Amino acid sequence: MAESGSYLYAVARDIGDVPACLTGVAETAVRAVARGGLTAYVSTVPLTQFGEDALRRNLEDLAWLEATARAHHRVVGGVARAAPTAPVRLVTVYSGDEQVCRLLEDRSEEFGTVLSNVAGRQEWGVKVYVDPKDAVSSEPADEGGTGARRPGTAYLKRRRTSLRSRESTWRAAVERAEEIDAALTAVAVAARRHHTQDPQLSGRDDWMVLNGAYLVDAGRGQEFAALTGTLAGGGVDVQLTGPWAPYSFTAELGGQSTETRA
Amino acid sequence: MPGGSGPAVPQPYGGGQVSSPGSGSLGDILERVLDKGIVIAGDIRVNLLDIELLTIKLRLLVVSVETARELGIDWWEKDAWLSSNQRELEEENERLRDRLAALEEGDGARRTVAGPEKKPAGERSNRSRGRHG
Repeated sequence: MAESGSYLYAVARDIGDVPACLTGVAETAVRAVARGGLTAYVSTVPLTQFGEDALRRNLEDLAWLEATARAHHRVVGGVARAAPTAPVRLVTVYSGDEQVCRLLEDRSEEFGTVLSNVAGRQEWGVKVYVDPKDAVSSEPADEGGTGARRPGTAYLKRRRTSLRSRESTWRAAVERAEEIDAALTAVAVAARRHHTQDPQLSGRDDWMVLNGAYLVDAGRGQEFAALTGTLAGGGVDVQLTGPWAPYSFTAELGGQSTETRA
Repeated sequence: MPGGSGPAVPQPYGGGQVSSPGSGSLGDILERVLDKGIVIAGDIRVNLLDIELLTIKLRLLVVSVETARELGIDWWEKDAWLSSNQRELEEENERLRDRLAALEEGDGARRTVAGPEKKPAGERSNRSRGRHG
């Protein structure tokens, strides 16, 4: 039957043309499908790669996933730089452009609301890390005496202090993260928390205590970035990423649909 | 299947950058493209994957596969869901290899489907009879 589908990257306010000939997933050309003031950015993809069964396999192929995610992200970013944009979840494939048109018609009101929320705004990511080693190294050394006479007791004592110190380091860092989040939220229009990444799995030795996303007016981007720069210190490392397309602030449409389905 | 028709253009591979995520590291990108963004429920015709299920596993897996390996974390290799496809493929491969070997041992180009299958079936019934008796 059908051998190709329409891969949907994003829905944006109608701005006329595709910005600067974008290349999409699997090296396909991106085109615009416009309907009623909205533009969907799509490309024709082979179902041998993007059909349901193929995706099950391909999503486990790290190289394929990375290439696809980066291409998707590149298109979304390109569109978002040109117009208010609602990014669509990775690997959303329709049977054809007619179906994408119908989507734009059926959901035009919801898309309109989502796009008004993000118009003229950008998403920034801020992560806060604390280094658990700080706690251990800042331990006061054993003042002689006990250690030499009773090594076992000294060890237990050291261990207990160390655990307590890790715990208090963690608690202080979480508190600091809350302050940072509050300071950033004050400049932002909206804020969301992402899951913090596990220290073993984030690729960093230190603990992530905040993984936030902030929707900021484009005119205040510099202010936001500068503010982030001043918030590091006091035992925490602050990392800024962005600006991103408003991935974290366009979920309303999906959220509603999921709820009504459940 | 992805090997044959895959894109020929080399893609930058971010595996080594995991420990120093700057702007737009693979982990940050996946966090957004897999986890966020609009899910238009009910309309999708072509792929009805349960992305929610994929999300967490894939994100953890991809963000840190190298790090995780270094740390000796290999849960995805034992995870039934993540490894089931591979196991199926391996089993299918094995079946095909056996079949091929059987065909090669058999009467060459002649269709000997009945030949190689008869023998194992006979052995199997003998064995099961022995077990029962």
